[in-house]
This record gives sequence, structure tokens and C-alpha cells, in this order.
Amino acid sequence: MKGLTSSEIGIAALGAVAVAAAATLPLFNQGYYLTLALNIVLYAALCTAWTLFSGPTHYVSLATAAFFGLGTYAVGLGLDHLPFPVLVLAGGAVAAVLAGLVGAATLRISGVYFVIFTFGLAELVRQVVSYAQIKITSRMGIYVFTDFTEKHIYWMLLALTVAVFVTGWLINRSRFGFAMQIIGNDETVARHSGINTARLKITLFMISGAFIGMAGAILAPRYSYVEPPAAFNPMISFLVVIMALLGGTRRLWGPLVGVIPFSILMDFVSVRFPNDTFIVIGIAFLLIVYLLPDGVTGRLEQLRARLRQPDAAAEPAALKEPA
Amino acid sequence: METIVTGVLLGGTYALVALGLTLQYGVARIMNLANGETFVAACFIAFWLFASYQLSPLYGLFVIAPAAFVINWTIYVVLLRPLVARAKNPGMLEVDSILATFGLLFLFQGLMLRGFGGAYTSYAYLSDRFEIFGAFYGLNRVVAFAAAVVIALALYVFLFWTRYGTAVRAVAVSPGAANLVGIDVSRAAALTFALGGALTACGGTLLSTFYTFNASMGVVFTMKALIIVIMGGVGDVRGAVVAALILGIAETSVARLVDPGLTLAATYGLFIFVLLVRPQGFFGRRQA
Repeated sequence: MKGLTSSEIGIAALGAVAVAAAATLPLFNQGYYLTLALNIVLYAALCTAWTLFSGPTHYVSLATAAFFGLGTYAVGLGLDHLPFPVLVLAGGAVAAVLAGLVGAATLRISGVYFVIFTFGLAELVRQVVSYAQIKITSRMGIYVFTDFTEKHIYWMLLALTVAVFVTGWLINRSRFGFAMQIIGNDETVARHSGINTARLKITLFMISGAFIGMAGAILAPRYSYVEPPAAFNPMISFLVVIMALLGGTRRLWGPLVGVIPFSILMDFVSVRFPNDTFIVIGIAFLLIVYLLPDGVTGRLEQLRARLRQPDAAAEPAALKEPA
Repeated sequence: METIVTGVLLGGTYALVALGLTLQYGVARIMNLANGETFVAACFIAFWLFASYQLSPLYGLFVIAPAAFVINWTIYVVLLRPLVARAKNPGMLEVDSILATFGLLFLFQGLMLRGFGGAYTSYAYLSDRFEIFGAFYGLNRVVAFAAAVVIALALYVFLFWTRYGTAVRAVAVSPGAANLVGIDVSRAAALTFALGGALTACGGTLLSTFYTFNASMGVVFTMKALIIVIMGGVGDVRGAVVAALILGIAETSVARLVDPGLTLAATYGLFIFVLLVRPQGFFGRRQA
């Protein structure tokens, strides 16, 4: 492990101040702004966890809703038997196991199989869970009654987001993260230099899945009644992809740049034009692909590089390499 | 026996959708995740033509397929060709096309929800019974299957017996080499993409005669078509047909024998099996 550079300490201090400021929000507002902030923190955790895997590998994972729903279900099923923190960890563990299975089946072959597999995964898990639940308990949903209010959920999600960031930062400065960077740039090179690419990708996918499962578990008390269509809502997967790509996946904090404006936009759209959310999401996807292929942070970095050395503008390909 | 016949009849329609997707992905190299939306749009337009103009879905095919061809051609030329030009390698094109077609998926689904509402829709066309091997089946299913066979045969003749079809298959094998022997790859890709869309629309039109559909079910059909394409091998026409029939039978069996809510699980079971045993598809060769 390397020591901390002064700029890293600076960023850590800045992050700590930002988190501390965010943590005081429930003291000022318990209504609309807390709900909005809760959504932002939720998607910040989900998108950053998603980027842990999909950023370096460039694999578009749509499994978020499946992991999230499993986490929610872990809490719903176990609430009468185990304490809540244990259930959150269990939700993460169950999601990690599913991620490991999916990864083992698809990550050894080409990336497109992975996308297709995760595309229907949430629906598959939903069908299996509904089937099992009806067979065993002959009911569709579960009640989740806790003493947690919105502000507790908000604080827990904030803590989870910090955990995701710290984990991502630790991975980035480890041998593991270095190996992932090589895999992302050129998988053949990675394999030839003796990196077990499949195992690393599967491990990273499991870490990412575990955090998403934990987020789902933490959010369970908010639903108070958990049923499969709500817990495994495929929209979650797509929103996470959009927000993360909008922000940019090159940097750990990239997704955050996308989460904040897009959460506010979605909140506005769902209030004003509730029937047109699909159209807005569709247009957002198209705009990102055509106008911001590297996300907002990628575009900012390009501009900064261009300002620093004007000659580089003639050679845009060189700018696309991760700095 | 009854299950197998029902499965095969269903598989015929699946085959058309999967053929459309396998052409789009195998030849035009676009993983079109909005394929299911073309399919559902065709269902609704067939319904609309039938309900408003008493136009039989079989004649409706002659309106819907050309329309789908033109729309898909436009989508390729306007939206997807810039991505092909921008991509530095196949992996980048794959990611870009997946994301762009996600956009189209949501856009079309949103527009259809606006236009047709979210309710389940169906209409009665040829709902008589028809006897095969001593058991009775809906005449509409049998007719849809027969139409699917005719369309698939026409495609086969085009691909394997005509000069342009050979060119299309050459692009599927190697775009670079096809370019060297004087094939306009970009044009062939656009036409194949459009043809794939038209085939998918035919599948939708036929399915609408015997199936209850709604504006948001496109994703499920895209999923099924994707799995069929992978089972059959990407760009492989025979493989797609065989895989579609297998999927139709597997789904019908699970729905009849286990639980109708688990059809997707059956699909996934097949998918995992294929991924573990033959990721290159039934007739595919292992990549070097």
C-alpha cells in the first residue's frame, strides 16, 4: 500500500465535509427535500456500485434490479428472526452469490452474453421468487414493519455510499484495481501478462452486486409492504445505467455528477408528466450516446486537456485514453 | 403430443422474430434491443387495421412489413450508421448500439403507451378449431404458423439462391473481406437491418391473431429472441429456426406441466445450458 498524497488527503477532507453537510439535512427538512435527497443518495450508492464493475470492464450490467430486489426480500423474509444490520449484510451476501453465479456463466465468454443475460435477470428472479412465495406461503407480498423513518434510511444509505466510495478507492490503488484497468484497456494483453481475467471480473461483479443488494435491504423498511413487482422493478436497472453514463464512468465520483441532476429531472417529470417517463428516459439514452459518449466528466476532462494544450485538439483520439 | 404441437405452432412465430434479430445482429452488427418494440407495434397496427378497416391480418402483412422495412431502414441510416462510423472497434459499436437501442426501446414504448394505452388487447380472428393428430388447436395458430413457414422459406430462397442474398451472407461472415470483393457493406447492412425489422413485424402481426398483447411486453419478446439467436448461433438462419422451435416447445411444456408463471425461467434454463455447453450455437464453429 502506498502512502497518501496531499491531494488525496485534500479530496478525503472535502468528501468528509460534503458527507457531514449532507448528513445534517434531515435536521432542517423532513418532507419533500428529504425524500428527494433520499432518492439522490440511493442512486448515488447504486450508480457508484454499478460503476465499480461496469466502469473498468465496459460491460453494461442490467442486473441492478435483481440484486436490489433480493436485498429487499432478505429483509422482508428475515425481519422477524434476525436483527436488521445482520439482514442488510445477508442481503448483500445473497446478491453477491447471484452475481457470482451470473458471472461464472457469462463472464468467461464475450461481453454481449453478459448484457443479454442481465437484461432479463430481474424478471427471471421475480418469476422464481413469486412462484416460490405462492407455493410456500400462498401470499404475494410481505409486510415490513420497523421503527425506521425516512431520516434513518437516509443516514444508512449515506453511510453505504461512503462505504462504496472507500471500497472503490481501495480497489483503485490495489494490484486488483491495476489489473482491472489493464483488462479494461485490452483484455488480450491482460491475459498474456498472466492476469486471471475471468476470476477478477467475477470478483468485482460480486463486490458491486453485494453493495446493490445492501442498498435494496436498507430501502426495504420504506416500502412497508414488499411484493415482487415493486422490489424487482426493472426501471431501477435502466435508471442506474443512464445516471452513471450521464456522469461518466472513468472516475469513481463520475456517476455522482449524473445522479444529482437526473434524480431531480425524474422527480420533476414524474410529477408533471407521469405518463411520459418512458419517453424522457428514451430521449436521455439517445442524447447520452450521441452527445456525451464519455459522460459529463469525460467531456469536462476533454475540455480541460484541450485548454491546456491547444495542439491536442487536432488529435482527439489521444484524449480519449483514460488519464 | 398436444404440448409439442402447440409448442411448434408458437415456435413458428418466435422464429420470425428471431430471424429478424439474427439478421440485424449477424449482418448489420447492431444488437437491436428495440426489436421487441417493432414486434409489439406490428401487433397493434394489425389490430387497428382489423378493427377499423376489417382488413385480415394476413393482408395486413402486406401493409405492415413494407412499413416496418422503411422505418427500420430510416432508423439504421439516420441513427445507427453514425455509430458504426464512430466505433473504433467491434466492442465499442456493441456498447453504443446497445445503449442507443435502449433509448429507442423506451421511446417507442412510451409512444405506444401514449397511443394505445397500457391495457391488454386481443381480437378474434379465425377462432375456429382445427384438428391435428386427433387433437384440436386454434385455426388462427395454425394459419399463423403456415404463414410463418412461407415467410421463412422466402427468406431462405433470398439468402441462399439469389446473388444479393449471397452478398448479405458474405457480409455476415466478414465485412472486411466482403468489402474487398466489391460489396457495398454499408448498403447491405442497412437493407438487412430493414429486412430484419420487416420479419419481426411479420412475426408480430401473426402473433396478434392468437395472443393477448400490451404495449409493454416488447422487452420479454426481445429477450426470447435474443436467447433464440444465441442458441442458434449469431447470424445463423437454420440455427435460429431450430432454436425457436425448441424454445416454443420448452415454454409450452413448462407452462402446461409446471406453472405458467415460470416460462421465462424455462427460457433461462435453456440459455444457461447453451452458454455452458455450446456458446457458439448449435451449428456454429468454435472461434479460433
